[in-house]
Amino acid sequence: MPTKLTINCTTGERAEVEMTAEEVAQQEADASAFAEEEAARQAQEAAAADARASARAKLKALGLTDAEIAALSG
Amino acid sequence: MATHNLIQTVTVGAGGAASVEFTSIPQTYTDLLVLYSLRGSQAQVYTQATLTFNASSTGYYWKMLQGTGTSIGNQAVTNGSSIGGFNGTGSSATANTFGNLRLYIPNYASSQFKSCSINDVLETNASTTYMALVAAVWNNTNAITTITITGANNWVQHSSASLYGIKNT
Repeated sequence: MPTKLTINCTTGERAEVEMTAEEVAQQEADASAFAEEEAARQAQEAAAADARASARAKLKALGLTDAEIAALSG
Repeated sequence: MATHNLIQTVTVGAGGAASVEFTSIPQTYTDLLVLYSLRGSQAQVYTQATLTFNASSTGYYWKMLQGTGTSIGNQAVTNGSSIGGFNGTGSSATANTFGNLRLYIPNYASSQFKSCSINDVLETNASTTYMALVAAVWNNTNAITTITITGANNWVQHSSASLYGIKNT
């Protein structure tokens, strides 16, 4: 079972205690939700990068120089 | 002039700890500040962190803005079970580096809802890392007596937390 480090701010007493089943369940639920959010963010970032690369390639095929393409996106 | 009084500081020992909790916080200050230095064992550049008050798992509203060095992101949660959207450094980050986190809680002893802000900056020698700003409110009128920060995995040895009380003296 994961542990929790507790510090009593009034007495200064410190203890290392096992987390409760509820606390562990909450920890796992939070981690799962975060993983989903992060995977979606990374997928969105990858899709945007692919779209940028595709757009640059098409502009270059039309005869634009790198400087002209950079000026368009600036 | 406002003074910062160190209430307690703690460093995680050799076994690590999934959670660090300040309890029985004195009600004699106006604001609280917690400075964290955190590295977790999640196999990423980051280790996801969550925050709760008084061991409550209801009534948290928060908004996060994040930059990774290569992209930006945001997240909003209403009536969540904790405050999230911020991180400590993870085990994939450069060895022996720790993330810096700052938690500020004004009027923590009041009978109004409790707002707070969090900022974090992670450390690693790579192009992608994380920094975040989180604005949050806990819809609860109880005074804050307990602050708990929990990692998705253990906070490793040498991670630390220092709780300061702020008042006008």
